[in-house]
Amino acid sequence: MRTIFYLIRKEFIQIFRDKFMGRAIFGVPIVQMLLLVPAVTFEINNVKLCIIDRDMTTESRELVNRLEGSTFFKVRFSTFSEQEANNLLHRGKCDLVLQIPSGFGKETGKGNPGRILVSVNAINAVNAQLSWAYLSGVIRDYNMNIVAENIGSATLASFPQIQVDNRYWYNELLNYKYYMLPGVLGILVLAIGFIFAGLNLVKEKESGTIEQINVTPVKKYHFIIAKMVPFLVIGLIDVAIGLIIGKLTFNIPFEGSIALLFLGSALFLVAVLGFALFLSTFSSTQQQFMFTAFFFIIIFVLMSGVFTPLDSMPIWAQKFDLINPAAYVMRINRMVMLKGSTFHDISREIYSLIVIAIVFTALAVNRYRKTA
Amino acid sequence: MQKIIEASGISKKFGDTQALKDISFEVSEGEIFGFIGPDGAGKTTLFRLIATLLIPDEGKLEVLGLDSVSGFRELRKNIGYMPGRFSLYQDLSVEENLNFYATVFGTTVKENYDLISDIYSHIEPFRKRLAGKLSGGMKQKLALSCALIHKPDLLILDEPTTGVDAVSRAEFWGMLRKLRQHNITIIVSTPYMDEAMKCDRVALIQEGSILSINQPEKIREGFSRKLFSVKAPEKYKLIIALRSYPGTITTYPFGDSVHVTFRGDEFNNSLYEYLNGMGISNVEINETRAGIEDRFLELMEKGTKA
Repeated sequence: MRTIFYLIRKEFIQIFRDKFMGRAIFGVPIVQMLLLVPAVTFEINNVKLCIIDRDMTTESRELVNRLEGSTFFKVRFSTFSEQEANNLLHRGKCDLVLQIPSGFGKETGKGNPGRILVSVNAINAVNAQLSWAYLSGVIRDYNMNIVAENIGSATLASFPQIQVDNRYWYNELLNYKYYMLPGVLGILVLAIGFIFAGLNLVKEKESGTIEQINVTPVKKYHFIIAKMVPFLVIGLIDVAIGLIIGKLTFNIPFEGSIALLFLGSALFLVAVLGFALFLSTFSSTQQQFMFTAFFFIIIFVLMSGVFTPLDSMPIWAQKFDLINPAAYVMRINRMVMLKGSTFHDISREIYSLIVIAIVFTALAVNRYRKTA
Repeated sequence: MQKIIEASGISKKFGDTQALKDISFEVSEGEIFGFIGPDGAGKTTLFRLIATLLIPDEGKLEVLGLDSVSGFRELRKNIGYMPGRFSLYQDLSVEENLNFYATVFGTTVKENYDLISDIYSHIEPFRKRLAGKLSGGMKQKLALSCALIHKPDLLILDEPTTGVDAVSRAEFWGMLRKLRQHNITIIVSTPYMDEAMKCDRVALIQEGSILSINQPEKIREGFSRKLFSVKAPEKYKLIIALRSYPGTITTYPFGDSVHVTFRGDEFNNSLYEYLNGMGISNVEINETRAGIEDRFLELMEKGTKA
């Protein structure tokens, strides 16, 4: 045990003597939090509209005004040429073209159905669907108005109809930052732990110092544990920094237990560090390690459900996520912070992480050879 | 005398490269045993085998009475290894490195200070300096201190003096001599022939095979011919001329002279005339004692012919 202590102390001395490391360890979480949390968002604002209003009646103006009044839409262009509108769509100057043919006002005024044409830029399918959904919402409202005007609002109110009032749970204002911050916290810890720990071990190989350690009676697991502990501590400090930033700048809610969140992050870190050290035994240079690390970090992050819901991934991807520690920590972070989940609620995630952490660490200890 | 290392029939291959083939030797307690050979001869591979960092493909290697493969755990407590490349933490200070290696071996600097005091006293004034900022000679002293800090029975030094200035080299060998008082057996490799003379016994190693093992003095005596030292002002021209002379067997530059062997172990006036004809005058020829380098070159020559 004393040996482990001395090994860990040595790692800490080295980490803090390295000026770059010292800065990166505390600078990276601050910058990532401040940059990524507000930047990475699926909220749709400012959908650029192009209007072709061939009708030019009060009715068509009313529709356009309603669109302009919504926060989602910005009417950027008005034209009478369909060709020009399509051109704008093609060049990405607008996201959506709304055509109101002449006779729209006349028909609706007569009590006949009015027809409009909407073309949506669907390069980004999510954006396209959402802008269409917003637009159809506006049109539905407008529709109700026409109906009310035609038959009188008192008569309309006497029709039986379903009134929907919805409430969003866990994130009532649908604040995207609340959703992203717990996720970014996970990515942050993943990247820092993975890269620093792996590079640290490969550096010992590159500089030959590992050779001198290998002839000492230091046990394999001593060595691996001593490589993990400093980065575990640093990772948890980064989580704390991230949470403080979240509270101070984004006023993020924290419903659950902080201890539970740290437990989840600690287990996640052990799993990540174990895997990083395992990988580093295959690399003989820091470049090699960086490349493999990059490869795995991208897979872990994109498949973790931080950006896209796990449930909509193909089955094989969901199966893969059973061994993806990032997938568990995303759920733990979000559930604990936004939902106030208790240990009982996330026990499956916690136990899975424990198993993954043990397996990855065992792999690392096993792969690390003191003799060739 | 107890055997500290007993190697029999050791071979090691890396892919298609035969690094060591059928190596056998013994090292006795308290010896300074040198391995002399050119780069790529297999010295480092052999040392890494002894240091339990590699496993031999064939043969049996016993170190300190333990099998190097099955007894590696016990062995590592009792050997000190100084790799050819400086392998201490460059970002730790002199003191921190020494303390670190002491604690890793479960001891303290204080406990074995008497063993390293001679060596460490040279670098103690710089104990706060980072190891990476030390000069070559100081690095080497620190590495030796760290390799000795747990009072090993066997010290393995892989080219400890490569890249170190002449004064530091001489100092270093002085320190090794002193370590014998503590009954530490030392194996050392070096590409410098003059250092071979400072060992108790020497193994000449080339292309993975041992050519000869003996006391350095005996190795010198093994030289089979009469050796002549030839001197002339223009050394390069002299070598060319001597190589073309029909009576010459071997010609090797040696310091400011040229070491030459002749057919029948003698030369006559025709050599002076020959050299004169080539425009070389003021030639001085004396019989000389063969050095260990001469013998090594002779053995190498035989090895490549055979």
